[in-house]
Amino acid sequence: MTEFGVYLANQLVAGVQVTIILFVGCAVVGNLLAIPIALARLSNRRWLRYPAVAFILAFRGTPLLVQLYLCYFGVGQILAGVPSIRYSPLWPILRGADFYAFFTLSLNTAAYCGEIWRGAIQAIPEGQREAGQSLGLSKTRIMISVLLPQAFRLALPAIGGQNILLLKGTALASTITVFELMGAANLVRAQTFRVYEPLFAAALGYFLLAALITVGFEFFERRLARRY
Amino acid sequence: MSWTTLLGFGHQGWGDELLRGACLSLGISISAYLVGLALGLVGAVAKISRNRVAVSAAVAYTTIIRSVPDILIIFLVYYSATDALRWAVSLAGLTSEFQLNGFVAATLSLGIVQGGYSTEVLRGAIVAIPRGQVEAAYALGLTRRQTFFLVTVPQMVPLALPGLGNLWLVVLKESSLVSLIGFTELVLAGKMAAGATRDYFMFYCAIAFIFLVMSGISAMLFHALETATVRGGRKS
Repeated sequence: MTEFGVYLANQLVAGVQVTIILFVGCAVVGNLLAIPIALARLSNRRWLRYPAVAFILAFRGTPLLVQLYLCYFGVGQILAGVPSIRYSPLWPILRGADFYAFFTLSLNTAAYCGEIWRGAIQAIPEGQREAGQSLGLSKTRIMISVLLPQAFRLALPAIGGQNILLLKGTALASTITVFELMGAANLVRAQTFRVYEPLFAAALGYFLLAALITVGFEFFERRLARRY
Repeated sequence: MSWTTLLGFGHQGWGDELLRGACLSLGISISAYLVGLALGLVGAVAKISRNRVAVSAAVAYTTIIRSVPDILIIFLVYYSATDALRWAVSLAGLTSEFQLNGFVAATLSLGIVQGGYSTEVLRGAIVAIPRGQVEAAYALGLTRRQTFFLVTVPQMVPLALPGLGNLWLVVLKESSLVSLIGFTELVLAGKMAAGATRDYFMFYCAIAFIFLVMSGISAMLFHALETATVRGGRKS
């Protein structure tokens, strides 16, 4: 391999590792947060419902890029101005871009997946809830044992698609100086003035990662379908 | 300085720059949306055609667009379009110092991304039209092209509208990405304002708010459009 090839490969491997860590972390946190958000959004209590509506509206109505900028530059600037945070042991974490990328992407995924869960929960026939009630189950029990498992099956294809969007969203972390795959490609591009090799290699990397996620979700869907 | 001054329209405020950026964002979104619809229509027709080459080309296009980050596609289109045009211009013996017009470059790159998404929406709408409609049109002696534009397209619009509304919201938000290839739309205008005044939080909040208003109004418009087309369908 040429010197350039070795350099490119090294950079991209490092970038892929960051992309995978970022993706898995945000997928876990974002997908888990989505359920309480959907439940709050469906709640009869206004103090639960209104904040959830506002949260979903804010994250779905604005570009991810702006959310990243707002968190990293905006919130970061405000936090830097608070002495108790500036001089706390947490500051090394709150200073770096990694934390803001993780934070923003997780909340963004949570908002989109929250809406998917809401739709899935609402799509379950009312009779299921009534059947649970007639069996004397508590409201929480009905939600956990009757509604959520069925909603999960309905929501899974859409959630798979949303997680592909999350993978693509991680590429934007490069705009706030996180060196994931896209950032690595941009670095090589800027340092060697070669445009196509790094960009095509990164595209191939994302393509393979997306295929992996798709296959994973399809496997999961088949497993679930078999169980019922 | 207070935020009213900073967002105001005088030469101390950045309100006029942001307003101009917002208009450019809208302009880019609209033109990319139209480019995307045209590409999507071609892609959808290719996908349901019997021509194997057309089918595989369309499948490759949508698969790539849907699994590679949009910003990567935008960069690739931007550089390759610039290179291709520079090559064409130098071939014609003109100057080699050539810069692609920012608006055209942004529209093209965003439109190609958008085309991948609209292919699926439009394909779904075409497939949902009963086969008998096309057969009836052929029986009436309409050509294939006439059938497509006079029978299929008008009927698929109401079917595609919810998907088209989502696509518009997607492209409106994605237009922020063309700030990364140096086009001064709303996000880049706001970034400059934020950098100049060091008031990052306020300016990014303002940008987010403007996007929120634009997507809110769009959602209402599409909702009205949907109810209008449904009612029109029932009347006839």
